Formats: sequence, structure tokens, C-alpha cells
Amino acid sequence: MMRKISDRLIRYFFFLTALLSVVVLLGIFGMLLWNGIKVFESISWTNFFFSSNWNPSAYGEPSYGILAMLASTLLVTIGAMLIAIPLGIGTAAFLSEVATKQAKRILKPIIELLAAIPSVTIGFIGIVLIGPTIANWFNLTSGLNALNGAILLAFMALPTIITVAEDAISAVPASFKEASYALGANKWQTLIKVTIPASLSGIIAAIILGVGRAIGETMTVLMATGNATALPTGFFDPVRTMTATIAIELGEVPFGTTHYYALFAVGAVLFLLSLATNIIAERIANQYRYKI
Amino acid sequence: MISNTTFHYLVFTLSFVLLTTCSQRPEGVENILIKGSDTEVNLALSLAEFYMDQEPKVSIAVTGGGSGMGIAALINGKTDIANASRPMKAAEISLAQDRGIQPEAIVFAMDALAIIVHPGLNINQFTLDQLGAIFKGDLTNWSELGGPNLAISLYGRQSNSGTFVYFRDAIVKGEYSAQLKQMNGTAQIVEAIKTDPAGIGYVGVGYVLDKEREAIVGVKVLDVLNKENNIAFSPLEVEAIQREDYPIVRPLFQYTNGKPKGQLKTFMRFCISEKGQQIVGANGYYPISEVYRLQNKQILE
Repeated sequence: MMRKISDRLIRYFFFLTALLSVVVLLGIFGMLLWNGIKVFESISWTNFFFSSNWNPSAYGEPSYGILAMLASTLLVTIGAMLIAIPLGIGTAAFLSEVATKQAKRILKPIIELLAAIPSVTIGFIGIVLIGPTIANWFNLTSGLNALNGAILLAFMALPTIITVAEDAISAVPASFKEASYALGANKWQTLIKVTIPASLSGIIAAIILGVGRAIGETMTVLMATGNATALPTGFFDPVRTMTATIAIELGEVPFGTTHYYALFAVGAVLFLLSLATNIIAERIANQYRYKI
Repeated sequence: MISNTTFHYLVFTLSFVLLTTCSQRPEGVENILIKGSDTEVNLALSLAEFYMDQEPKVSIAVTGGGSGMGIAALINGKTDIANASRPMKAAEISLAQDRGIQPEAIVFAMDALAIIVHPGLNINQFTLDQLGAIFKGDLTNWSELGGPNLAISLYGRQSNSGTFVYFRDAIVKGEYSAQLKQMNGTAQIVEAIKTDPAGIGYVGVGYVLDKEREAIVGVKVLDVLNKENNIAFSPLEVEAIQREDYPIVRPLFQYTNGKPKGQLKTFMRFCISEKGQQIVGANGYYPISEVYRLQNKQILE
């Protein structure tokens, strides 16, 4: 009898904990939407989404177009992924398939330690080290640009990508590989044609978690990307991402002004962006899931 | 990720909470909150520390964040004094009045803005019009000004900075170029100029002076031509600033809700007293002129 009651209580407890995160998520989204939607009372939605001119504290008429910062966020994120995906999956494959147990025991904690570096520190490295190096290599005068942010974000996303991808690759049943070897494939062919495709859902999940890390990161990009509000034309332009804009401006807005609501609207767009990537990832992951 | 998005905000809130809780003293102690301009934050701290030594019954907490943040806090009723390196805008004043806040201001110090470039740049002075055109983005290459063939790389502060607004309203007189790199703080502008051979930026003159009041190594401080007599003056000459010959000099404000009373009033009087103005000078700023002294009197009488 006692056992039944405690079982039931525990079940309710875990149900409540699961419910809590759903409630928090919905609450945050609701708050963003509730405040953000009010911006459209004063500016049209075409202006908000398709104007690249964001200048809420302007000399003349203030303007609230998010196109430039949306493009900046996407540019920095895509750049970061172009660097982090090959590096991350390569490292994960090395750790689970090639490295000796000894090497893995040393390498894995070091990689995970990378995640423990505070974002301010990484931003600082961007200013004093990566920035001047980029300027030098590409013969620019300033290295505070989208490329700088992309490189830093790549390194911040790497631990997540490597850890999750490595788990996925390790989880491929040995029988798959044995079958491949039995058919005469060598280690490289097995890795590329069998192991990685078999763990693709996990690898995609890893990449998406990395994308989430990159989209949401604030302090690093705020420090290292130069924060110019112009629509970027390439990786060598200074950019100001959505997160940086919110962080910079939220402190100065009086409550209940158009600017205040506009920042919430930016937050809502950012939220929807992350949500969309996650949903797409889930879809892809399900499609490629290996049927055993 | 959420903690990252709000990191900036959190730091300010936390330091604010810490400051206010740490400075909680026994009963009968009056708390004064000062918030706002990053330009003024070190000066305000020096003034507050000196004053608290004299007046143990007063506890003053100072936080930065930018003039915009201080003014927003005043409008939202969250600070006693808003430090601002720019006057409040008409829209801000009417918003404050809608919420029952009556902003009043005194000027407690003067600050000169220095125009800095990389030491390698072969340009020594600017007119105000040239500066405006550069920061507006009308002039985009140093060769147009007799310099090397390099694209001009603009550095400024962020929109919550009073320096950003002052420079835009007084010098640019229009929108900044969208290519302006909006830096987190004044020190970051100085560091960026050191490494950028095409860079130009504006900073409070206190940031480019060493202890002997000479220009720091790694940046070049340019002279600016005065509008009245077309003579170039350097912000490094104290007399040029006190006589207001150097053209980019601005007042630093303390805003309160209504005319200050009680301890608040006594503290603000101290800031413009002889001792207060000495501290102002020792921090790399300049004492206020007679005109402002008279204006202040109306508020603090």
C-alpha cells in the first residue's frame, strides 16, 4: 500500500518537474510575444522585417528595421558552423574510432574544458588576438568583423558538437562495422560509408545544438564583431547581431516605449529562429534515423 | 543561452544589488543612488567616497551603464541622481512628466572629447565640418583628406552612451554612418585605435592622459580648429579647454526628480563646492564655468 502511494507521488513529482520547463518556456515566449506585438501599433511589419535601418535613438526620425541584424546573426552563425562542423565531426570521429583509450582519456576532458571558458574571456581573446591576426592575414585595417565572431563562436560551439557527435558515433552497434569489414571495406571506408551515416541523427542533433549556442551567444559577439549597424556584405564587415543589440539597448529604454517593445519583438524573432532550427533538426534527425 | 542574452543587464543589476545591500547601515542612514554615464562613473565614485568619509550618516551607491541607462532609471523612478553626459531629450522629459517625474539638472563638471587616430596617420588637425563629414560617412577614404589611400575606419560609443549622443548632436549634426563600429566602452575605442592604422574615434580626454597629463603612447591626439577664429587647439592644453577655445567641450549633468532636498541637496552642493571641483580636476575633468554656476544656484538654493 505504502509502496503504491510513494510510487504515485514520485510519478506526480516527475510529471511536475517536466511540466515546469514547459510552463517556463511558454511563459517566456508569451511574454516576448505579448510585449513584442505592441511594436506594430507604431510601425508597420514590412518596415520592421524588411528595412535594414535600425536606429531607435536617431538624430532625426527613429527607425526600427531588423533586416541588418538578422543578416548579421545568420552570417556569424553560418560562418561559425562552416568552421565548427568539419572540425567537430572530425574530432568526434577521431575520438571514437581512431584514438587509443589513453589518448581519448586525456583529450576528451580537455575538449570539454573549452566549454568552461567564460564568454567574456573569449571575447577578449577576439579583441587582442584574433582581431589583429585577421587584420594581418587579410590585409585589413581592423579585425573586428563577422569573421572574428564566427571563429570565436566556432570554438564555443565545438565542445557541444564534439561531445554529442562522439556519443552518437560510439553508439553505432559493432555489428554494423563488423559487417562492413567482413565485406572487405577498410577502416576509412567503414567510417565514411557506414558509421557516420548510421549516426547521422545524432550528428545532426549535435550540429543543431551548436547552432543554438552560436545564435544565442551575446557577450563574445558584442565584444569582437565591431557592432556596426549597416547591412553586412561579407565576412570582413563589422556586424551587430540581434543578441548584441538587445544587450546593448535594453538597459537604456524607458518601459512601454516603441523602442522597448521593438527589443521584445527582436527577442521574439530570436526565439522563433531557435525554435525553427530545432524543429527542422528534429524532422531531419527522424528521417535519417537508422531503423534497426 | 538566456543568461547570456541578459548577461549585460544582469551584471548591472547584480552589482547594483550588491552595492545597495553591502552599504546597508544602521538606522538613520540615508541612501543615495547614483546611476548613469560611464564617463562620469569614476568621478562620481571619487566624489561619493570623499563625501561619505565626511558624512557617516549618508551612504552613496554609484553604478554606470551609460547616460541613457541613468536617464531611463530616473524616468522609471529607480535612482536618486541620474548622471548624464548629455542633456535629456524633449521626448524623455515629456515621458518623465507623464509619470510624475520632474527632471531638474545641475552641471557639476566639464569634459573635453579628444579626437584620436593611429600614430602612423599623417594628419594633424581637423575642422569641425571635416569631423562631421567623416562620422556621417560623407568622407570615406583618408586620401580625400590628404592621408594614405585607406578606407576610414570609424569608432564610436553605443547608443546608450551620452558621448555617442553628444558627439552626434554637436558635431555630426545628422545620423552617424552605419559603418560606425559601436564599441562597448571608451577604453575599447582607445585599444582599437592603437591597432587600426585607418581608425578614428572620440574619447573623453581623461582616457588619453597619463599621470603627468601627457598623451599616452599608441594613439595620436589631433588638434581641432575652433569655429570662431579658425585656430587649431589641442585638448591636451588645460587653458585651451578652460577658455573654451578647444571646440569639443561639454557639460556633465546630474539629474534629479524635482529640486533636490535634504542630504541629496547637500551632496550635490558638495560636488560643485571648491573641494568638489578640486576632485573634478584631479580626475581629468574640468571645473565648471560661471554661467553654469549661476544656473546651478537656481536649483540648489
